[in-house]
Amino acid sequence: MSAPAGTPGTPEAGDRTDRAEGAAPATPRALARRRRREALRRFAREYARNRAGLFGLAALLAIGALALTAPLLVDQADLTITGAPGAAYQPPSVEYPLGTDNFGRSILDLVIWGSRVSLTVGFLATAVSVVLGTLVGMTAGHFGASGGAAGRIVSSALMRVTDWFLVLPTLVLAVALAAVLPRGTGTIIIAIGLTVWPATARLVRAQTLAVEARPYVERARALGGGHAHVMAWHVLPNVMPVVLAQTTLLVATSIIAESTLAFLGVGDPTVVSWGGVLEAARNAGAISSGIWWYMVPPGLAIALVALSFTLCGRALESVINPRLRG
Amino acid sequence: MTSLLDVRDLCVTYRTGGGDVPAVRGVDLALDPGGTLGLAGESGSGKSTVALALLRLLPGTAGVTGEVLLEGENVLDMRWGRLRAVRWAGASIVFQGAMHSLNPVRRIGDQIAEPMAVHGTVPAGEVPARVTALLEQVGLPDSRYRDYPHQLSGGQRQRVMIAMALACEPRLVIADEATTALDVMIQAQILTLLKRLVAEHGIGMLMISHDLSVLSSTCDRVAIMYAGRIVEQGPAREVVHEPAHPYADALSAAFPRIGDPASRLAPRGLPGDPPDPADRSPGCVFRPRCAVAETVCATVDPPLWPVDPDAEGASTRQAACVHVGPARPLTAAPTEEKRP
Repeated sequence: MSAPAGTPGTPEAGDRTDRAEGAAPATPRALARRRRREALRRFAREYARNRAGLFGLAALLAIGALALTAPLLVDQADLTITGAPGAAYQPPSVEYPLGTDNFGRSILDLVIWGSRVSLTVGFLATAVSVVLGTLVGMTAGHFGASGGAAGRIVSSALMRVTDWFLVLPTLVLAVALAAVLPRGTGTIIIAIGLTVWPATARLVRAQTLAVEARPYVERARALGGGHAHVMAWHVLPNVMPVVLAQTTLLVATSIIAESTLAFLGVGDPTVVSWGGVLEAARNAGAISSGIWWYMVPPGLAIALVALSFTLCGRALESVINPRLRG
Repeated sequence: MTSLLDVRDLCVTYRTGGGDVPAVRGVDLALDPGGTLGLAGESGSGKSTVALALLRLLPGTAGVTGEVLLEGENVLDMRWGRLRAVRWAGASIVFQGAMHSLNPVRRIGDQIAEPMAVHGTVPAGEVPARVTALLEQVGLPDSRYRDYPHQLSGGQRQRVMIAMALACEPRLVIADEATTALDVMIQAQILTLLKRLVAEHGIGMLMISHDLSVLSSTCDRVAIMYAGRIVEQGPAREVVHEPAHPYADALSAAFPRIGDPASRLAPRGLPGDPPDPADRSPGCVFRPRCAVAETVCATVDPPLWPVDPDAEGASTRQAACVHVGPARPLTAAPTEEKRP
């Protein structure tokens, strides 16, 4: 989105003076810079009105900072089975705030380190699926609406492929992909990305069809715009709100999917992730022996990240889409 | 001098499930550079279809035949690339319903700049200045540059559409019901603006409306369409005030004349419905609703004849009726004797 700031809701005093200054511009570039700054300020103001969004953002920033600074907080040697500092199954204490696992590793350290994989996979898998879904959905929608007979064939073909992916059970496909491809974080990203895109494609196609029926698309064609122009200039900005909402939901889904895959044992066993910790807890019989501190922290971490992304997404959507505001 | 726009025998047929439906049946139009031509007719008469056919904007289900010569070049034969270049740079459209012809998530200024970006006619650095100049020309302040369409009133949006139509300095502007949704005061303002801009830039304008009074106040010449054909065309004043074709007469009489008490209470309008375009029985299509129909009308579908062959500049005024032109001797009623 080139202009995420939407529209000024209420004209404010600062706004007016800026405009008055704008009437006598210095240079076009300075003017553009000021407009951009102004737009950013307005965006921040609108976002700050949404308390849940602020909470989500704060949580995400904290988790992100934790993930980035994890190498400073956690000694990697402590995460190996052989180098575990404590005794097995110690309940939470001052030394180990969240207790230790069956090897004597600090659960807190594991959860902090696990955030790195979970966030990376969550973001990248979402990026893969959103880009793929948006491309397929927009192409199918656009050419189906205004590409003539050939366009309709292309559109149908794309949507049948989408349907094929849609009816396959996501988890089974992801497990199969993760099992077939060489093990590693990249594989998990691709497996998740390839399984969750069809919903985005369907959503984007529906929105594209709705936008294509609007008179301004006809107007854009009348003024000489080609397929690329119509799609990039008119369709994309109008499907962005949908894509954005979908993206934030997908990050949460992807993180959960990553944890699920790790929990099922098809993740990368060499890295520490939240799902991996949960799997280890299950294998160690943590449930039956009542070792709650082994399972609750990674579970809560997954829930917290997923919730934060959802809250942020809702807030962003309400800022970007002028129609969601009064 | 080659004329700006020369439409010859334009036919548009929509292929539908129930067979072919001719929407436009042999329309000829001519417009000189800088001239203004009005196209009037009731809903479904094919006015907008003609407008869209001029730039080949009709959907794939429409078959178009004939010739549309824009400065001597046939639009209907153009290759795709050339067609895209001609769209807007050669002829632009002021669309009906500016409400929906603007993208709600794009700024006004960016949308006016859109045709320039598509055609690359203006260097990127000069675009903002040009947009500001265009906004000024249509009477909008520069501060509107950054606004979104929903912040503008209907009249302002129509001004934006006009600014957009002028962005690539076209030779022809097609105004398709440009003022229909506006209240009369704004309509008058927009018409004045259009008239002024067209005169200043020497642009030819094809104005499409169902409102004869709008056309008569704006255009040099007026053509009246009925059921996909032009039934009368000529200088605006004559066509509106002394129509020769019974349909033109009915259309003109449908507007009350201010200052004429007799017209106030006189029955106006036309009984019946517009003909079904799919119906292809012989004879004049207007016959079922015509007050002066003769038996001959059931068999003869008259072409456009000069209304007054003896007068000077006779070829400028034409009508398609057996009561007009050489077919006149066939009938008992003289041309002048019209519906009371």
